[in-house]
Amino acid sequence: MNRTTKEKIIKFILFLFALVSVLVLALIVFSLFREGLPIFREVSLGDFLLGLEWYPTADPPLFGIFPLIFGSLVVTLISTIIAVPLGVLSAIYIAEIAPASLKEILKSIIELLAGLPSVILGFFGMIVVAPWLQDTFDLPTGLNIINASVILAIMAIPTISSISEDALYAVPREFKEASYALGATKFETITKVIFPAALSGVSTAVILGMSRAIGETMVVLMVAGGAAAIPESLFDSVRPMPASIAAEMGEAPYRSLHYQALFATGMVLFALTLIFNLVADYVSHRFRQSGSATL
Amino acid sequence: MSGFIKKIIVSMSLVFFTAGWALAADSIVIKGSTTVLPITQAALEAYMKANKGVQISLSGGGSGEGIKALIDKTADIGNSSREIKKEEVALAAKKGVKPVAHVVAYDALIPIVNPRNKVKGLSTDQLSLIYQGKITNWKEVGGDDLKIVVISRDSSSGTFESWDHFVMKKTKVTPRAQMLPSNGAIVTAVAKNRYAISYLGMGYLNKSVKALEVNGVAASSQTALSRQYPFSRELYMYTNGEPAGEVAKFISFLKSPAGQAIVKQEGFVPLASPKKGRK
Repeated sequence: MNRTTKEKIIKFILFLFALVSVLVLALIVFSLFREGLPIFREVSLGDFLLGLEWYPTADPPLFGIFPLIFGSLVVTLISTIIAVPLGVLSAIYIAEIAPASLKEILKSIIELLAGLPSVILGFFGMIVVAPWLQDTFDLPTGLNIINASVILAIMAIPTISSISEDALYAVPREFKEASYALGATKFETITKVIFPAALSGVSTAVILGMSRAIGETMVVLMVAGGAAAIPESLFDSVRPMPASIAAEMGEAPYRSLHYQALFATGMVLFALTLIFNLVADYVSHRFRQSGSATL
Repeated sequence: MSGFIKKIIVSMSLVFFTAGWALAADSIVIKGSTTVLPITQAALEAYMKANKGVQISLSGGGSGEGIKALIDKTADIGNSSREIKKEEVALAAKKGVKPVAHVVAYDALIPIVNPRNKVKGLSTDQLSLIYQGKITNWKEVGGDDLKIVVISRDSSSGTFESWDHFVMKKTKVTPRAQMLPSNGAIVTAVAKNRYAISYLGMGYLNKSVKALEVNGVAASSQTALSRQYPFSRELYMYTNGEPAGEVAKFISFLKSPAGQAIVKQEGFVPLASPKKGRK
């Protein structure tokens, strides 16, 4: 066997490996759509997406998932508002300011946070945060948007922080040196040179953090309260899409309308995460610093 | 040499076959309702202790899941806290499965509130109005001036269906109701929340929450069996056809006085006298 045939064989094998994950994804998407699409023979797309009433087991059943979509979006948005400053600023501190010894400790603590199982965080939200919120603010319930958002933020911080940190590290030394040479202070260098240069990576980090929050299931199942209504305040309960799917799938009769509606909800969730990923991709290209700062 | 290898192959395949056969004969797979779960768990522990070599595996997932597993033939027994539905019977018939019901215990659904709540009892109508979101303050039913937080089980759980059947009739639970995925979550939520009302199966009742009287009747084994207490229901184990072998033995163990003692110990209502399965 000569070298080129060997090369070709190896290439082909590697291609097969790459194909496996594509195939798996394709199969998952295929079955998601196969199980979910039939619902639209019974319920129109508009009624499904914009309907305000989710009564899957009533007679006749009502499949309006707008309150669920709204629930998902609102907890994602608020958790992002909480997680972005914490994640990005901690990344800046670790990458630019912290002394080397502290840097390592902080990094490993944040990595540990990423490794916490979501059920543990959910339990924490249910047993500690919910009663605390309820007693402190004299609320009717502690299982609400704020509670879920705080816990989701804790989960998104490690993602945002570590990806932002990589982006900050990737800013070339020359930028920093040039800035200092021009007489800029450390603060000016970070805010006007390093951070803008790392912006595309930081934005990607934020969006990946958001898609982590929107897809998270256990936490919202345990602490969001599960009320399928449009909330009137931040202290109301909501029922995000993953919570609804997880809670009901086990009990929905196989291939019933309810079962199909849950798969269709999964399709909506899939579409949202896909959009987040496409936006992340677009942003990282759009704001990319060309040349040596490229991440 | 080849004779030796043959011997090995024969003996090995013998071992595998007998092992496989033994496994098929003495293992029972049970799935379904989380309400029936604690009874089944305690019963199978006692049963496996008394009958060494029998393997029983048990998982929850809910009544719908139990019946689904029975229909898919991935379980020998499907636990359910409700009767099988018409659609499920039809689906089973299509797959050649004939579900047979065995009543193994009674359960009473009990409305619960936080122990700090002054309200002692409610009528069925009051419960229905509270769950529809038409009564929203405890002072309307004789309690403190506090908002009512309605907590319900997920709309696809067997417990919810029983509640729907007993209380809601044709009306809908308010969308503002919190939907929690398990009896355990309900107890935790109500124990920590003096605004809350919820309901659960008798087996999950404990000191951290307060049971309400319904139409002036407190739930107990006697009032549930006599049907004086309005929200009592049967708990089922479904099998494919009349059970045989270990499955039959296990179910009759559960229905025997020893099994019913376990039912009582787990906080459910034992059968009045050993009964045959219906249907």
